[in-house]
Amino acid sequence: MSATPMREITAEDIESLAVGAWILGTGGGGSPYLGLLNMRRLYAEGRRVRLMSPDDLADDDAVAVVSNQGAPLVGQERLTDSRNVARAVELMEEFTGKRFRAIMSLEIGGGNSIQPMMAAAHLGLPVVDADCMGRAYPEAQMTSFAVGGLKPWPLTSVDPRGVESIVARVPTWKWMERVSRKICTEYGSIAATCKAPRTGAEVKRWGIPYTTTKAIRIGDAVRAARRAHEDPVAALLEAEDGKLLYRGKVVDVERRTTEGFLRGRARFDGSDAWRGAGMEIDFQNEWIVARLDGAPIAMSPDLVCVLDGVSGEAIGTETIRYGQRIVVVALPPPEVFLSPKGLEHVGPRAFGYDIDFCSVFAP
Amino acid sequence: MRRIGIDVGGTNTDAVLVDGGRVRRAVKAPTTADVTSGIVDALARLRAHQDGAGDVDAVMIGTTHFINAVVQRRHVSRVAALRIALPTSASLPPFCDWPDDLAALARGGVWQVEGGHEYDGRPIMPLDEAAIRAAAREIRAAGLASVAVSAAFSPIDPSHEIRAAAILAEELPGPPITCSHELGRIGLLERENAALLNAALAELARDTIEAFAAAIAGSGIAAPLYITQNDGTVAEAAVARRFPVYSFASGATNSMRGAAWLSGIEDAMVVDVGGTTTDIGQIRGGFPRESSAVVHVGGVRTLFRMPDLLSIGLGGGSHVEGDPPRIGPLSVGFRLPEEARVFGGGRLVATDIAVAAGLLDLGERARVADIAPGYAKRVLDEAARMLEENIDRMKTEAGDVPLVAVGGGAFLVPSRLAGVSRVVHVPHGDCANAVGAAIAQISGEVDQIFRDMTRADAIAAATRLAADRACTAGADRATLRTVETEDMPLSYLPGNALRVRVRMVGDVAAR
Repeated sequence: MSATPMREITAEDIESLAVGAWILGTGGGGSPYLGLLNMRRLYAEGRRVRLMSPDDLADDDAVAVVSNQGAPLVGQERLTDSRNVARAVELMEEFTGKRFRAIMSLEIGGGNSIQPMMAAAHLGLPVVDADCMGRAYPEAQMTSFAVGGLKPWPLTSVDPRGVESIVARVPTWKWMERVSRKICTEYGSIAATCKAPRTGAEVKRWGIPYTTTKAIRIGDAVRAARRAHEDPVAALLEAEDGKLLYRGKVVDVERRTTEGFLRGRARFDGSDAWRGAGMEIDFQNEWIVARLDGAPIAMSPDLVCVLDGVSGEAIGTETIRYGQRIVVVALPPPEVFLSPKGLEHVGPRAFGYDIDFCSVFAP
Repeated sequence: MRRIGIDVGGTNTDAVLVDGGRVRRAVKAPTTADVTSGIVDALARLRAHQDGAGDVDAVMIGTTHFINAVVQRRHVSRVAALRIALPTSASLPPFCDWPDDLAALARGGVWQVEGGHEYDGRPIMPLDEAAIRAAAREIRAAGLASVAVSAAFSPIDPSHEIRAAAILAEELPGPPITCSHELGRIGLLERENAALLNAALAELARDTIEAFAAAIAGSGIAAPLYITQNDGTVAEAAVARRFPVYSFASGATNSMRGAAWLSGIEDAMVVDVGGTTTDIGQIRGGFPRESSAVVHVGGVRTLFRMPDLLSIGLGGGSHVEGDPPRIGPLSVGFRLPEEARVFGGGRLVATDIAVAAGLLDLGERARVADIAPGYAKRVLDEAARMLEENIDRMKTEAGDVPLVAVGGGAFLVPSRLAGVSRVVHVPHGDCANAVGAAIAQISGEVDQIFRDMTRADAIAAATRLAADRACTAGADRATLRTVETEDMPLSYLPGNALRVRVRMVGDVAAR
């Protein structure tokens, strides 16, 4: 096996990761800001994190999959603490009796991109350059591991008051979502979790590779453009083969919660080449379907990102407000979601839209 | 009601007397290093004329003194930070995201104890009163002059902060105590930062507002003193001295409110042209549209509501160079009376061009007689282009909108601009800040989570609470109106949780 050396992640990489992961959050996933603050402090203390390629995992290596579960609003008052996620990983080792080789992120979009970094800084393990969403999605079955039919159990869930729970077995990903969500609610609607451990073989077969590097690359491009007073959106499109879909202003946002998720629609008025053309984007925590003058033009699993028109900073579905000047861009989706099985999990019908998936990037 | 409004700016201290919906008298005096003698000077000029004399009902002062202290790192007190949230949030202690230089001045010490609440009102842990008493003794031993108290979800249940403040007051009489729930919003780090900034300014606020009161009394005025706030309303001096952070952005807000009042237009773009910069903003219903972004004050992340403004380097003192001409961003600023050509100086600035073009009568026009009319026109066209481009960036609707031009450099705003239905110049526009102060009202605000209620009931409950807060702050209940309602369903929370924010304003109640 060709063992490429692990790369040490620099403090600058983490700054870029936070910017890039927020863009890959496609409107959801929670801001990476507090995770970034934790990492700055850990790096100031001298701790370092290494990044390993999924290709370098042995088939029988055990890999921890971590995420912070809960309501973004609670996360603004009970601030993410790097030691909690590290404890969730340790608890999983205690339960399974098997030591982890490395840690990876459940979702690279938003704040969960930083969770494996925080655990790794405490535990001295490397982070795998991969995740299982390639973006952010609202539900547990919307992962490449679920598309691959991998087992959804066990799960550990940790609260800093010394409350620790294990979901030992469930029949389906939906059951895991229901039971783990209940535990999380009792904790105060926030929990550090370690999801079902994966083998090296599973990560190589079903993981979405190189997404940590991708988020850092996006952040690098955007930050470099800002420093040079160039257009960060153009830099993003160039770096990721993205497509500019629209430029305009927010004219209306309607929101409602159903089944615990933030749903709604944002409407935009066009400017520049889109003067006179209206866009609307439906969201379910994340941006799901974009329509131009009523016709669907971009949808999940294509990544639909709404960014500040000047700074290129991502704008979340919880914070988007009337009057903001925005651009809408599409980024290419992970391959694994383009199969019929993948589209079953994350295509437009998975979100209740009776339309066939049609990619912005289709030739 | 007869009121005096005073704006203490970087260059001038303006004072106006407003009565019966009209500006009776407006004056300017130079701002002084000690701030108060400039106020005394301005009041003397105002009162010297019969239109500015006589009894008044209130004096309203707008000042940038407190935000300048933070930005310039001056007069900042050392603060003891007490956070009540353990065992949560421990890895991100108070001051954790402050710029190093400001933290070095303000961080007197950090204490974290058990307590705080969940979003649904359950305590995270019982309040650790013994730990608070121990912290108080250490704070006293360290000789810290001000304390900031923050607790998890204190906007939902402030009881732990209130109890902690009572214990601190018992154990260490003297230092002012700022509780984060009094500064509002959800977001522990940002709310705590506001409390820390407030505590760091407590001593300066006490001294400054005492000096304001002395200046007013020394000018023979017996009326109550109010200080203007970020949202275009006022607080009584006794309240304002406890919350200096609430006056951070009042200068820009007053200017936009003054523009709305002077023009009688409640929905418009406002362009405030000063000596060095032009601020472009928008008023809706007579109040500034607020920025949706996180606001950094002196590098500290906060959730203050500030007017959404775009500042460009265009003003009456802007350097003018080259052909095709470039204007700014360099400016002669407050040295205009020495450096501008019309005053005998050697630097060509925007004011000189306006005098040459006959837009303005200032200094000696003969000193700019060499400027060709064609060149003057190209400079003014360039100023118009800069304005048009940036007005378009700030507009939130596609059609043409009215625009009110105020500030000492308003002569640079032409009567026709693309995207603007009409340009309105108003009398006393150069004192719009002081006018905005004089007409300020009183507000009450609520930002809270309501559970298991219909949307209508939750908004009604929030509105009642906001009305009560406005009246407690001194508003006349009969004049209250809602200026903002925002509701946000919260994801991943059980029980139909709805976050509601309501702001109401009313006239200052007579007493």
